[in-house]
Amino acid sequence: MIPAQFEYVAAQSPAHAIELLTEHGDDAKLLAGGHSLLPMMKLRLAQPEVLIDIGELDELAGVTADGDDLVVGATTRHAALAASELVRAEAPLLAYAAAQVGDPQIRHRGTIGGSLSHADPAADLPMALVALGGSVVIEGPRGSRTLAADDFFEGYFETALQPDELLTAVRVPRRPGVPWGYQKFVRRANDWAIVGVAALDGRIALANMGPTPLRATAAEEALAAGASAAEAAARAADGTSPGEDIHADREYRRHLARVLTRRALQHETG
Amino acid sequence: MTRIELTVNGEKRSDDVEPRLLLVHYLRDVLGLRAANVGCDTTSCGACTVLLDGKSVKSCTVLAVQAAGHEVVTAEGLSSGGQLHPVQAAFRQEHGLQCGFCTPGMVMAAVGLLSENPHPTEEQVRTGLEGNLCRCTGYHNIVRAVLAAADASSGGGDQPGRNPASAEVTA
Amino acid sequence: MSILGTRVLRTEDPKFLTTGGVYTEDVVDERLGGAYHVTFVRSPIAHARITSVDVSAALEAPGVVAVITGADLAELPAIPPAAAGLINPAMEQRLLATDKVRYVGDAVAAVVTEHPYQGEDAVELVQVDYDPLPAVLGYDPEDSSLLFEAAGTNVGGYWGDPSQLKADLFDGCEVVVSHTIVNQRVAPAPMETRAAAAVWADNGRLTAWIPNQGAQGTKAEMATRLGVEASQIRIITPDVGGAFGAKFGADPEHVVVAWIARHLGRPARWTETRYENLIAMTHGRAQQHTVTIGGSRDGNVQAYRLEIVQDAGAYPRIGAVLPMLTILMTTGPYDIPKAEAIAKVVVTNTTPIGAYRGAGRPEATAALERAIDLFATEIGVDPADVRRKNLLAPFTEPHRTAFGALYDTGDYVVALDKALAAADYPALRKEQAERRASGSVRQLGIGVASYVEITGMGDGEGTPPEENATVEVHPDGTATILTGTSPHGQGHATAWAMLASDELGIPVEKITLKWGDTDLIPEGGGTGGSRSLQQGGAAVQQAAQELIEVAKQRAAAELEASAADLVFDKTRSAFNVAGDPEASVPLTQLAENERLVIRTVFSQPGATFPFGTHVAVTEVDTETGKVTLQRVITVDDAGVVLNPLLAEGQRHGGIGQGAAQAFLEEVVYDADGNPLTASFADYPIVSATEVPSYELADMATPTSYNPLGAKGIGEAGSIGSTPAVQNSVIDAVAHLGVRHIDMPVSSRRVWEAIRAAQQEHGPRAGSEHS
Repeated sequence: MIPAQFEYVAAQSPAHAIELLTEHGDDAKLLAGGHSLLPMMKLRLAQPEVLIDIGELDELAGVTADGDDLVVGATTRHAALAASELVRAEAPLLAYAAAQVGDPQIRHRGTIGGSLSHADPAADLPMALVALGGSVVIEGPRGSRTLAADDFFEGYFETALQPDELLTAVRVPRRPGVPWGYQKFVRRANDWAIVGVAALDGRIALANMGPTPLRATAAEEALAAGASAAEAAARAADGTSPGEDIHADREYRRHLARVLTRRALQHETG
Repeated sequence: MTRIELTVNGEKRSDDVEPRLLLVHYLRDVLGLRAANVGCDTTSCGACTVLLDGKSVKSCTVLAVQAAGHEVVTAEGLSSGGQLHPVQAAFRQEHGLQCGFCTPGMVMAAVGLLSENPHPTEEQVRTGLEGNLCRCTGYHNIVRAVLAAADASSGGGDQPGRNPASAEVTA
Repeated sequence: MSILGTRVLRTEDPKFLTTGGVYTEDVVDERLGGAYHVTFVRSPIAHARITSVDVSAALEAPGVVAVITGADLAELPAIPPAAAGLINPAMEQRLLATDKVRYVGDAVAAVVTEHPYQGEDAVELVQVDYDPLPAVLGYDPEDSSLLFEAAGTNVGGYWGDPSQLKADLFDGCEVVVSHTIVNQRVAPAPMETRAAAAVWADNGRLTAWIPNQGAQGTKAEMATRLGVEASQIRIITPDVGGAFGAKFGADPEHVVVAWIARHLGRPARWTETRYENLIAMTHGRAQQHTVTIGGSRDGNVQAYRLEIVQDAGAYPRIGAVLPMLTILMTTGPYDIPKAEAIAKVVVTNTTPIGAYRGAGRPEATAALERAIDLFATEIGVDPADVRRKNLLAPFTEPHRTAFGALYDTGDYVVALDKALAAADYPALRKEQAERRASGSVRQLGIGVASYVEITGMGDGEGTPPEENATVEVHPDGTATILTGTSPHGQGHATAWAMLASDELGIPVEKITLKWGDTDLIPEGGGTGGSRSLQQGGAAVQQAAQELIEVAKQRAAAELEASAADLVFDKTRSAFNVAGDPEASVPLTQLAENERLVIRTVFSQPGATFPFGTHVAVTEVDTETGKVTLQRVITVDDAGVVLNPLLAEGQRHGGIGQGAAQAFLEEVVYDADGNPLTASFADYPIVSATEVPSYELADMATPTSYNPLGAKGIGEAGSIGSTPAVQNSVIDAVAHLGVRHIDMPVSSRRVWEAIRAAQQEHGPRAGSEHS
């Protein structure tokens, strides 16, 4: 219920945050909205010795347009993302996904950078980013790099971020008017997805069908070859490795992935 | 220890706190504002909901140090001059509370909801309160209370898109 | 115009809405200054021998004052099982486990610190060595691994005698259907977890603040556990954040906290985390039912058998006794010529079972209503029609059932028809038929459940159920009521004030209710089993009436008139000589020279039996199995309603919890006895998005057992809604060949049932069965 003790430092700038990360390495964790990290710390599943607070760094928040992309600052709160006129117009799937995270109070605090770094395969934003074909901008002592979403999520709660790196922004292709679908199957409204599907323009991303958000590549290939939504969706679970828990066994998850993929391909939200 | 300065219910505060002190415990144990309650361990129940810079947040998942430089409003800070805030008055009018444990958090969440969506439908109220758990009321009267508060703030009368929560049926 | 029967707003609310309730953790009292904090070390393993407990590292941790283990408490007696004569007496519980742990959450040690945060740090440093044993789980636990070696078995006892079941019970029945169903384990999960604050005075007296459902019962149990005279204990009941049956008496933790305070000579406080609450507060239900129902093909139910297995959890507590109530209500509101019921109680390596809203009676109704539906499906008759055909005819003279229950008043068919009319049942069936014909993905299900339940049953020791009340009128125009009930959300402060106000002519706002302080109110039955209004409320009314009689004598002296010539004018709260309003004296003035106070005991002939019918409408997505609860329409007849606002609130809350059990909530253990639903993220306590607004129809058949005409309403909602919702989901997919789905009827279970039915019957489209 209470985190173990830790030292707290408020970063003065993104560069300062990187300095602190370099200094403390694995002993430190970044704190933005804290709604992925603090729940883990309260259960003592995470016990960092140092928390580096980047939540007050305004330069890391906000949404702008940059050529063909939207650039979303890492500490942009889910609520702000969901309400952003720019995002709703240009990448509505992202705004919709942000509006599905948790509940209103969580959305007032949680950030896109935090959610992506946390890399819960059942979460909304990692799946959404993969469906959108977005990328993450990472800064560190070795400079800056941009990683496609497909390459960013490496394993169960693991990303390509090094301990001394800071995710500063998310880039999302601007696709105004392109139809999309989003399906999040839950038991209760603010649960994580038992299975989730996001589909846009031939890309299909799955949540909670493996250790990371997955592309339903067999289904995508079928679509590209001219299959109908229903035909393509029949392949949605191919190549996935869903887990088993109190909500669902593997077979049920595979079945849901197929049904929800068909609905997402039919541009339904639910 | 870290020194924090913030405003709580309109009053400036300055205190030394452990970094791991949760905002809810700061409010309750340091400031004596005990309306916000701790009801769970997993950021699920919302009994600790307060407003942080006008936005509803779960104060069990905010560190006191994160609130430094910001404004917090708790249930105690809602009413003024002995008059209930319209949302509080609506909760009373509609019997939207029984044991009262979830109530301060529920009221703050409702205040936050109505500040962002002044005329919600019943469905929007239910979804808007998905972060607040109540075991006593079955939610029926809570929903009525929030809809009534929304109506009251606009001067009464039916609002477009609002589905009245049904009450009694005589058969 | 009487205030009774009107929607009086709660006087409690301004406080709750502004500064908030003062729950045990909120209590600020100079007697608790400098209190230590207690944090429990709990077993992470379901079944094991404790080979060693090493507290040395914990003792070194910052702020740790002491670490208490079971060995320190050796002087205190073990807690015997409930119903120790019937339940194997070897199945006892130590306050802190000593030689064995028997469930994940079993408390092994208590760390005492200066600040609560330090306690969480220090518990991790207590080293307990466990020698694991096989976990015993399920409704047919093997005896190869015994929880209590001295008992020689994992069967705790029986209610009824299995050898007395009649092999020929169903002879002559054209149709016999049998099924084994589960009434699953759920967590009461009140929003306020358990807590305690305790301090001993120099004179050896304990004062303890404990959230409870009856301070007098808590005091008695604390005295027994601590080995002190009851007179040495004062229990104070702060505001209680919900209880639902799980805060009766005293739990081991309460006793340990009090013991620590005495041992260390300092006040001690404890508040459990939600994790602890979900694994160490008693759970509810956990009965398996084998139902067998038989009757004629045209719908007469002729025989019914209910075989219960109660999983009592690791230590038999109230849960081990509840099957007795289940058996009592076996036949419910139906006229079933032949019926029998028995129960076996088993112990398993899981959290002990206690009372949970309805406590034994929802189980009876759930089993019976599933059986009725199974029978209806078998004979192809509409389930509402089968019910109507078999419900008892209306009665105003008490009706005794074969199981010994004496129903006071009942009009069950009217309740059924009222609910069906309110739901527009024919329209629902029509829409269902249309969706079936069109093969719609989203199918509609309609579930009906009729019930009768027992409320205000007393302690079963042969004494009639009763409650006391004291009413006092003060010279300043206010009044105080002392009640033996123990509200925790029900609104007694307002309701009892209404009753007193109606007699005394003093406004509700000027009447204060006190409860839950055993120094102030030494006797009382608390609040549970839906007893409070019919007994506690009636006592308040009676006390106020008696007070008026006493006051009348004083008024007669004051007015130098004969008491027989005086009338009491409630509108002025004054006595006057009949026909001469000027010759009057206010009631409050009669309290000036001598206290005007009356204590009375109201005694009721027996328990009362509210009844009703619930209709639930659900939509099932047949592709995913997803269940959406669309409507719940209820008739809950609990006699005359004192305050419709409060009565509706009780019905709503019961419906929410009852529906939640049907399709959402379940405590889950893995094969090793590890709890998998030990947080609100995993235990799906229902939220506002899963339930609709409810539709309540009114019906009030008075009881003659108390002057209020009132029965108990608090649990009725959770009794009717559970089977109504379960039946509706099964009904939604019945045309696909599904006959039964166990609760919770989750999307996964629905999908699996559809798949199994399709495999058995082949894919079906359109309507076939009813």
